[in-house]
Amino acid sequence: MARSRLLSYTEKNTPIHRLSGITKLVFFLLWCITSAMTYDTRVLLVMIAVSFILFAVSKTKWRQVGGVFKFILLMMIINVIAIFLLSPYQGCDIYGSRTVIAHLFAGHDLTREELFYLFNVVIKYFTVTPAIFIFMVTTNPSEFAASLNMAGIPYTIAYSVSIALRYIPDVQDDYRRIHNAQEARGIEMSGKAKLMDRIRHTSAIIFPLLFSTMERIDVVSNAMELRGFGKKKKRTWYAHKKLTGSDYAALIFTVVFCAAALFFTFYDGSRFYNPFAG
Amino acid sequence: MDKKKFGIREVVAIGIGTALFVVLTEVQIPIGIPNTALQPRMAVLAFLSAVFGPIVGAVIGLLGHALGDALFYGSVWWSWVFPEAVVGAAIGAIAGRLKVREGGFGKSQIILFNCVQIVANAAAWIVVAPILDILVYAEPANKVFIQGAFAWLGDVLIIGILGTILLAAYSKIAGKSSSLKKED
Repeated sequence: MARSRLLSYTEKNTPIHRLSGITKLVFFLLWCITSAMTYDTRVLLVMIAVSFILFAVSKTKWRQVGGVFKFILLMMIINVIAIFLLSPYQGCDIYGSRTVIAHLFAGHDLTREELFYLFNVVIKYFTVTPAIFIFMVTTNPSEFAASLNMAGIPYTIAYSVSIALRYIPDVQDDYRRIHNAQEARGIEMSGKAKLMDRIRHTSAIIFPLLFSTMERIDVVSNAMELRGFGKKKKRTWYAHKKLTGSDYAALIFTVVFCAAALFFTFYDGSRFYNPFAG
Repeated sequence: MDKKKFGIREVVAIGIGTALFVVLTEVQIPIGIPNTALQPRMAVLAFLSAVFGPIVGAVIGLLGHALGDALFYGSVWWSWVFPEAVVGAAIGAIAGRLKVREGGFGKSQIILFNCVQIVANAAAWIVVAPILDILVYAEPANKVFIQGAFAWLGDVLIIGILGTILLAAYSKIAGKSSSLKKED
């Protein structure tokens, strides 16, 4: 069966794999928030550098993430082109100046401000990518659910997350099986078919998939009910890991780094770094 | 419906529903406009919200979109994650009146379902998503509103066609087996 390009957990023994799931989640969330808030080029560049160092430490191989990475690159190029076509002077509005490099076509002058703004859009996007790659390929799903619960999230919700991560491969196998079966029966799935036909053909997969999923929900929830899930206020976790010294070190580093990054971004009153102000 | 609002079934429905939503991320039907495609996973989200209620809908939307983005695209576009929860919660809010599991998903329920999904999608993709895009990513306003409008159109179409068919079909099957009532 063809492997998909989905990111998945791989067991390795690196300092990052040994960290608790909750440490990685805190890092990941704070990292995303910081990256969402700041538009300061210097902060973004430092964040990219840090995430690539972590990426190297986690010994993630290119073939684990390469396919996904190429896809992001394509999306990013389309996004940048769309911004430029629809709003060629967004950068000038933000940085408050206008330095024309070349005249392209009516209403679309290429300015240094716009190029710099688009550069920022791209690097802002790429500050988060390595963090997500690291989080996804180094966090064991069961251990992650346990640490969610330890962080104070009700164990029913933590268990939902755990079930989601646990069942993605199963549902994906179901999907492939149904997809292949329908193709074998002569239903055209590729781009050659017309739009309405494609919707109909897609529903030929969704129908059996959804109904088998509903059945699975029944089976699993009956099994859990029989085992008394949800009767007590607390539960213990097989995969639970205690926080270690390196967890605390990583947490402190994350909080300090993000606070410093935000302070550095906003202390001049603007989230943008303006090299054109002179 | 059960007396308990949030029982084991809901926990499992969130888990496996999210898994299904994530897997369907890769199924996209292009409609000829760049970067916009019909997403069958939206029909599945609408279906699960209508069957299991607002909490399940909102969490599947939130978790499923974030996980799906992370696993397939290696990044999470947060400003489009939260609107997904809005859609799930809004459709889930009328779950009781749609009577899908009781086999009562008829004409008036179909009309109600589609009115709510059109409004919910409008709130999500034409109001919440573009505003978050502007606040978080400082993207140009005209670009995000155009994008939002296409997303709205695509989601309304796929939920209106596929979502309605799925609900009607499931309601027929589920209605038969649940004609017996459990004694309290």
